[in-house]
Amino acid sequence: MTFSSFVVRNTFRNKRRSLLTMLSIGFSLLLLTLMIAIWHTFYIDAGAPDSARRVITRDRVSLAFLLPGYYREKIRSLPGVLAVAPMTWFGGRYKDDRPENFFAQIATDPDEYLKVASDKIVPPEQAAAWQHDRAGALVDVTLADKYGWKIGDKITLLGTIFPANPELTIRGIYHRDPPQNALYFNAKYLEESVDWFKGRAGWYSTQVASAEDVARVSSEIDDIFRNSPQRTKTESEKAFQLDFVATLGNVKAFIIGICGAVVFAILLVSANTMAMSVRSRTREVALLKTLGFTRQRVLSLFVFEAVALAVSGGLLGILGAAGLIQWLTHSSIAVGVPINMKVTLPTMSLSLLVAATVGFLSGYVPAYGASRINIVEGLRHIG
Amino acid sequence: MAIPISYNVRNLKLRKGLTIMTALGIALTVTTAIFLMALLAGLKRAFVSSGNAQNVLVLRKGSEAELSGGFDAALFPTLKVLPGIAKDSHGDPMVSGEWVVVIVLPRKDGTGEVNVTVRGMMPDGLELRPSAKLIEGRWFQTGQREVVVSKSIRGRFSHANIGDTMEFGKGSWKVVGVFDAGGSAYESEIWCDVNQMAADFDRQGGYSSAYLRATDPIAADALKNRVSDDQRLKLEGILETDYYAKQTSSGAPIKYIGIVVAIIMAIGSSFAAMNTMYAAVAYRGREIATLRVLGFSRPAILTSFVLESLLLALLGAAAGILLMLPFNGMQTGTSNAVTFSEVVFSLRITPQVAGYAVAFALIMGLLGGFAPAWHAARQNILTALRG
Repeated sequence: MTFSSFVVRNTFRNKRRSLLTMLSIGFSLLLLTLMIAIWHTFYIDAGAPDSARRVITRDRVSLAFLLPGYYREKIRSLPGVLAVAPMTWFGGRYKDDRPENFFAQIATDPDEYLKVASDKIVPPEQAAAWQHDRAGALVDVTLADKYGWKIGDKITLLGTIFPANPELTIRGIYHRDPPQNALYFNAKYLEESVDWFKGRAGWYSTQVASAEDVARVSSEIDDIFRNSPQRTKTESEKAFQLDFVATLGNVKAFIIGICGAVVFAILLVSANTMAMSVRSRTREVALLKTLGFTRQRVLSLFVFEAVALAVSGGLLGILGAAGLIQWLTHSSIAVGVPINMKVTLPTMSLSLLVAATVGFLSGYVPAYGASRINIVEGLRHIG
Repeated sequence: MAIPISYNVRNLKLRKGLTIMTALGIALTVTTAIFLMALLAGLKRAFVSSGNAQNVLVLRKGSEAELSGGFDAALFPTLKVLPGIAKDSHGDPMVSGEWVVVIVLPRKDGTGEVNVTVRGMMPDGLELRPSAKLIEGRWFQTGQREVVVSKSIRGRFSHANIGDTMEFGKGSWKVVGVFDAGGSAYESEIWCDVNQMAADFDRQGGYSSAYLRATDPIAADALKNRVSDDQRLKLEGILETDYYAKQTSSGAPIKYIGIVVAIIMAIGSSFAAMNTMYAAVAYRGREIATLRVLGFSRPAILTSFVLESLLLALLGAAAGILLMLPFNGMQTGTSNAVTFSEVVFSLRITPQVAGYAVAFALIMGLLGGFAPAWHAARQNILTALRG
């Protein structure tokens, strides 16, 4: 019998205890993996390469203030700028105001928008149809699937910010990885019914030549408008999205807090199990020692047992988290879940590493105790 | 006959290490739940306490918030003479035309910029909001570039002390006073003179909203309808209390995330508690059999072990609440989904929150304790006595 198979046998000797411990650790690690995945999505993932070449210019104070139309040409005149599209959050209702029927509705310039959003794949004839129909709409394929929309269908949005209820015809369906729940329509169409919106835009989305240009172009844009009545704030698309996350509050502290609680909880659970396990095997350890097992050997036996248990729990948790995230990002119930969230390999490795470390720490103290058992006392132990 | 509860207490004491570790595990789950509930309780209070039942908020028809509103100042005299409006200290109708804008201020601790609401108001605006009390300095004066800031704004941003100047709009504004809004949504605002502000933001000739003070809450309801029904005005009247109650939805993301986190942690803790209770039952096989021989019934054993698990959970709940108490009153902020600006609120561990936390822990105890207790009650007496 090899050492490793001895460890494995011992780990799963008390099946119920091992199973309960694994499940307990598993659920905690599911949460930990989820938190790490959220952290990764928000703060590490740089986004798609196309997104990394886009900068967003908005009013320095708030998205609620529209920018003048002439800003667009000024931005376009900068070196390194490939295309500039005006974007406006319409924020209307579709059907009713239930949160599951909420999706992004953006008024833009169809001619230039597709150049900026080069990561959106639209069949050429659909793109042309959208650009030719002033009342046309371009929608994400996941959104179209959700409502069963087909090319040519008519839908009505009810304005809340804008006093207008645009009637739109679906002209194009785009694919994008990751998908996004969004609909785009012609800003000119909105201008027809809303006087004060004429020649204005909520923000400008600018495509620059390369990712290296992002920082330079951003500061140059803000410099142009430094002395204008409306100062701007320009940042990468990723930073722009993070601004929304920041409004939720101190998200970083929140995530760290939960992770801390979770790690500490699994440490307790794992240590508890190992303490129980060692206690019930006092005689056995004494016996092992009479057979010639050294202190080190006994110590590593229990430590490896703890690690094996924690890691199996961890694997369960990671699988669970991956499944949960898959479900969340593909269901219509969870509104606002970052749709590009996924459990990556580094996330998994980190979770497993945490599990193994916790297993090691929790096993060490009881194992050390066990390794120091006096053989005679141990053999006499009634447990 | 029931087994005395002191039996369970002594047993928990006997295996101190195991008890403490399991209870701490439950306590950690409880702290997380309390933290989230306290956040929501604080947020709810911020909005619920903001509205005054006698105040009617007037917005452009179809707009849902002060920020997206805006109507012609020429309508204001018509509003002023509507019946049912209370008189202010000068004997005039108590009404205030206001402008609300959002500005960006850098956080004091250097963690980025935050949107803050600036509210320009008429002198009656202060009288309309008796819940806001001046705690330092004086109120702003009409025609001056002066602002008063809320207590929490002073705490969270630099240049917000009396005598400091703040830069926004077209120039600098002098901070002349600090007010305490009692934890309401006004706690996140900066107040100043409406005309000065409109000039800075090129908004002359209009108001984003108006506040009317009715003589009593019943008159407020009538006043609200009178504003909405008046065809000349094309305006909408809303009770201030209703307006703020709707904004509580800003807490929705926290709520959903909180529920998911709490449930996952609770399942994990229940398994841990189950483990401990199974171990407790396993160690005491003979003891349980002896109890049966003495004449204690199966239901008595079952109840006793479930009770022991519940005791363990209660211990965890108590530890969890104690751990969280120091955080009571801690201030934090989230974005108001209606005004796009930050709303500041305090964590509030109310008796209700504590009650929910205990109930939450007891559920974990019950889930963790029932199966082992069942197992204990079903044991065969003879085999157990021999083992």
